[in-house]
Amino acid sequence: MATVTPDKTLDTSGLNCPLPVLKTKKALEELQPGQILEVISTDPGSKADIPAFCQRTGHELVEMVEEGGKYIYYIRKKG
Amino acid sequence: MATERLAIIATKGTLDMAYPPLILASVAASLGVESAIFFTFYGLNIIHKEKVKQLKIAPVGNPAMPMVFPDSVKQTPVVGQLASLMESVFPGPPQIMGIIPGMTDFMTAMMKKRMKEKGVASVEELLELCKEADVKLIPCQMTMDLFGYKREDLIDGLEPPAGATEFFNYLLEADKPMVIFV
Repeated sequence: MATVTPDKTLDTSGLNCPLPVLKTKKALEELQPGQILEVISTDPGSKADIPAFCQRTGHELVEMVEEGGKYIYYIRKKG
Repeated sequence: MATERLAIIATKGTLDMAYPPLILASVAASLGVESAIFFTFYGLNIIHKEKVKQLKIAPVGNPAMPMVFPDSVKQTPVVGQLASLMESVFPGPPQIMGIIPGMTDFMTAMMKKRMKEKGVASVEELLELCKEADVKLIPCQMTMDLFGYKREDLIDGLEPPAGATEFFNYLLEADKPMVIFV
């Protein structure tokens, strides 16, 4: 279980590269700085891609949880 | 901040070769890199209103092609067993099968179905995502003339047709230019 409470959830289950990253980027645009986005993905490639996206764009990857074949990311929008 | 620009040259008009330019450009744009795709020769078909719907996978000349029966076909009784048997005997469609009329269309239909089942975006979806991410889609003027494509034959939302000079100018204006040839 995650320790952070998200302000918004994005479910990308069933979608494959590059859709999880592109949809994450779009969802973050709708948040205020400091708010947290929860991203749910079933794409194993997201394990590398979402951290790389955060590193590159400056958003903070607060937590990453793997449960029941799903990868869940908590991303704090950069201020 | 230093400007980073990515320019991709898309020269191929098959379904498989339509993906790399669109995926790379849309992802680069989402990472804050200014991106453009320059469509030339058969790559123009990717932004052609009608031809984009008919992009195909060619079994001929592609020995790496796997059998691409979608999971839904493989789970169907009888047909699925036949499909699995074919896959176990032939890792890919034998090259000679490519000359059978309709084979290219069949393989394309199977691949498209499989892509949909695997949650892979369609070429049209990726084009929309590129446009939303402000990826510049630039048709090559010379090959448009060569193939007789008019501006109205191509999809909406493109940059004006351009040539090699403008392509280099776009790159050299950036502090960090990147080029990918597909």
